[in-house]
This record gives sequence, structure tokens and C-alpha cells, in this order.
Amino acid sequence: MALYSLKDLQRKAAIIRKHIIDEVYSAASGHPGGSLSCADILTVLYFTEMKIDPQNPHWEDRDRFVLSKGHCAPALYAALAERGFFPVEDLVKFRSHDSYLEGHPSMKSVPGVDMSTGSLGQGISAAVGMAMAGKLDRKDYRVYAVLGDGELQEGQVWEACMAAAHYKLDNLAAFLDHNGLQIDGNITDVMSPEPVTEKFKAFGWNVINIDGNDISQIMDALREAKEVKGKPTMIVADTTKGKGVSFMENQAGWHGSAPNKEQRDQAIAELDAYIAELEVE
Amino acid sequence: MAQKIATREAYGNALAEFGSDSRIVVLDADLSKSTKTDTFKKKYPERFFNMGIAEGNMMATAAGISTCGKIVFASTFAIFASERGCEQIRNSICYPALNVKIGASHAGITVGEDGASHQCIEDIAIMRALPNMTVICPADAVETRHAVKAAIEHDGPVYIRLGRMAVPVLYDESSFRFELGKGIEVAEGTDVTIIATGMMVHIAMEAAEMLRQEGISARVIDIHTIKPIDRDLIIKAARETGAIVTAEEHTVMGGLGSAVAEVLVQNYPVPLKMVGVEDKFGKSGKPDRLMEMYGLTAGNIVGKVKDVIRMKK
Repeated sequence: MALYSLKDLQRKAAIIRKHIIDEVYSAASGHPGGSLSCADILTVLYFTEMKIDPQNPHWEDRDRFVLSKGHCAPALYAALAERGFFPVEDLVKFRSHDSYLEGHPSMKSVPGVDMSTGSLGQGISAAVGMAMAGKLDRKDYRVYAVLGDGELQEGQVWEACMAAAHYKLDNLAAFLDHNGLQIDGNITDVMSPEPVTEKFKAFGWNVINIDGNDISQIMDALREAKEVKGKPTMIVADTTKGKGVSFMENQAGWHGSAPNKEQRDQAIAELDAYIAELEVE
Repeated sequence: MAQKIATREAYGNALAEFGSDSRIVVLDADLSKSTKTDTFKKKYPERFFNMGIAEGNMMATAAGISTCGKIVFASTFAIFASERGCEQIRNSICYPALNVKIGASHAGITVGEDGASHQCIEDIAIMRALPNMTVICPADAVETRHAVKAAIEHDGPVYIRLGRMAVPVLYDESSFRFELGKGIEVAEGTDVTIIATGMMVHIAMEAAEMLRQEGISARVIDIHTIKPIDRDLIIKAARETGAIVTAEEHTVMGGLGSAVAEVLVQNYPVPLKMVGVEDKFGKSGKPDRLMEMYGLTAGNIVGKVKDVIRMKK
């Protein structure tokens, strides 16, 4: 696999964001806000971090990824397609009756999806299971997951966190996509899960706080996580919901609604301008 | 008097027996002494994981482990398996058709003294509604052993319903044959068929004996696999005996009786009566006393048999 420069990764993240916009626009439904907020995390995971083989998605020694916030499938599908698991052209069939790209990640139909998710709180448990299996088999693969911050309201997340620490799953690193918004508004207004850092620490996790839209910080955090023995790592990634599209940023309304043609064109134009800027720099 | 063994006991023994297959991993939610998974734990401690009192997490964790080539048995009481962990079973196990086997002990009202909160009488209805799920309710220790073996060999989710109370051993291990989805005719008969599952099979056999003394020839079928159900055997029984009574330690809504009715109504309608718990919760008490209170008796089956025979054209 080619080595990517920081600029390459920033460009890749912008391309993934463009796919997200087009997937949701084509489907006329879906979840752009949270997909955009975790695009940088997925870019780093799929393009520099994870040991995977697009030609052999079921390779038993591969690193695993679980998108516990499954509604952000547009971001995952874009990363998988860009990484070569399936044709990029298929992305615009997202959510269509004649497509394999289910509205939420489906491991049975989408190449590269390691776990079917969509019902919040369950993916992190499955990731715990994968990490337990890795320990049992003395394999050196690692397991990654991305959680939403609204998702922390599901009690099962804390059951899973308890289990991960209990079984000392240092082969598990999860990201909290901490964008502060959920469908009904600010997470702290709806049902506050804060203070999240202290909670994960209290549950026995190693916690790293970063700017989750900064690719270098994501890479550094993953490197640090690998050094920690005896406990799982939670990377609390402060992100901007709707990141990269000016009118979607920090707007809870873009959690689960699709842009119209004009909005789509504006979003793509903004992302194209960003990519052009990267070239000039 | 036949030897009596609880199906949960046989389940624990079977896990330990077949546990030499290193793909097998067993999870429990703080009930390993009751579900009998501790029998496996003693033999293969490295492949046993206690997940604590957190059934939803246990089910989705089992799903995750199974994606790594393991055959995972997740055990707890039926009430917590099928209802606390229900949506995890649906979305994380059944939807991706993962290789997770749910060993659900303490099903039905024969849980006894613990009372209604712990007496699961809805699990067959819930589990058989889930696509990709296979539902087994063994009648005795021998059938349980074979059910566990079949579950290991079957690629996909399986729900195995087990009881707390010791029940008679009906089958002879040396001659017993088990096939997923195939019922077993345990008594021949021509006037009526009693279709039973789980611990109601031995009670159905008692009822058939009582009927024989009254000159009524009752066939008895053990439906150990409620899903996929043995359509052919049920249709054959309807055709040859013309009337059917079902018997289950479960609510009459959505369980074995409903599954049999679905087959009959769409293929070969004959008079049908159901013996089961009548849309109400259980209560505390001695299992035998509760069986009488809730009509899960040979006498009640006999009465329903006479009803359906009268209804025959």
C-alpha cells in the first residue's frame, strides 16, 4: 500500500465527504451530519492504520472495524469504496432497493463491513467480542470502533465498556465522535452523557483527547493507543458535526436530512474548493 | 419410573462433551451454576467468559466473537435471553445470520418458586418470529444432547429452550436419531394426534395412555424443532387422524400451537385445540402444583382430545 502524506489524507477525507454528500443526495435520505464529522477518523483508519486487504475482505488476520454509530454508513461506504472494496460508482445507489448498500451497515451484503450495525449501543459490544476472540486466538489484529456521543445514552455502551476493561482488551481502540449534537438538539440538552472523559476513565479505559477533525492528531492518538497495555483506549475526538460543508456545520437539523440539488451543488463546490486549496499550498 | 434429568443439566454436559471443538466459546450472564454452563467452564476455562448481569451486551458480544470463526453459546435464563436481549438477538445475531447459539434455561412456569418475573412463557413466539433463527425445545436429556450437537453443526443462529425441573428421560441414546426440523412420532395412533414440545411431550404420552384405556387411539408427535417446523409430519397427522391437540409449556399465543395452526390452516384444516398457558402470567409455587393450576396436565390434554374428536366431520 502506498504511503500517504498528510495532504494526501486531507484530500482523501475531502473526497470521502464529497461521496457522503452524493450518497445522501442520491438516496434523498440518510445522515450527512455525523458522517461528515467522522470522515477524518475513517480516512486515517482505512488509509494508514488498518491492516486490511480489499481483495480478501474476510482475511482472518485483518484488523476489524465496527461503526457503532451505524447511521453514518455513508462515511463508511465511501471509505470502503475509495479503498477498493467495491466500485466507487455504486455509492450513488446507496439506500436503493436494487443496491447492496443498505441504509445501515450490513456485513452480509457490503464487502468490507465487519459488523452489521444501526441499532445504537450494539456495535461497541460486537467490537468487544472481536477483541476477546483476538486475545483468545493470540492473534495480533486490532479492533477499532466509532461511537456517537448521543449513542452514549444507550446503557449497553457502558456494559460493553465495563467488559472491555474487565477483559483488559488493549487490542481495542474506539473513537468517540464527540460532535455534541443529536437529532433532537445538543446532547447536553437532550440527555447529557458528560463528563465523558471522566466516565471512560472511571470505567477503566485509557482516554486520549484530540481534535477529531485533525488528521495528525488522529494518527498520533492511534500510535499512542498501541503502546498502552492492559486496557482499552477511548479516543475522545472533538469534532464538528457537518464538518467541511459550511451550512451543515454545527446544525442538528443536518443529522438526518438530505440536501436538495442546490445545496448538494454548493456542498460539492465548497469541498472542491478545499481540495484545490490543498493543491496550491 | 424413568430416570429424571433437567434439560439444562444435559445442556451443560453436552457443552462439556462437545467442547473439545476449539471453535466453541461459552458466555454466561452470572448464572453459570444455574444454566449449567459451569460444567463447560470447569473443563475449558479459557473458552468460558462471564459477561456479568448484562444480557444485551452478552448477545452482541457473542455476535462479535462469532464473526471471528467461533461457535458461541450464550446462556442465561430464557426470560433474559429472549426478552432483555431480544433486540440484540434480532439486529446483531439474526440479521447478519451469525453463528451464535442461545442456551435459554429456566423456560416456562416450572421455574416454580421464583414466580412470574422469571417464568418465561413468550420466548418461542418471540424467537420464531425472527428471520434466520432456528428454535429448538428438547423434550429430555437425550434430545438435548443431540440438539446441542445439531446446533454446533448448523451454521447460523439457534435458540435452545431448556427447563429447570428434572423431567423423565424418554429416549434411548443408542437408538435415538435427531434431525433439525424433523419431528418424532413417539406413539402411534389413528383417532387424533397430540403434538407436543419440551417437557409436555412426556405429559402428552401420559395422556395418550389414558386415552388408550378409554379406547381412543392417540398419536403423539414430539416437535423438538419449532422453527423450521416439520410441515410434512403435521399435514400427514392431520390427514391420517383428522384432529389435533397441541401441548406446550408456553403461552398459547404464538408458540407451538400457533405454528401448528399456521401449517394446518394453509394446508389441511382439521379441528385443533391448544393446551398451554392461557394469556396470563405465571406465579410462585411448586412446579407440579403450577402445572395443575395452569392446565398443563395429561387430564387437560385428554379433555381437549375429546373436544376435537367431537368436532371432526
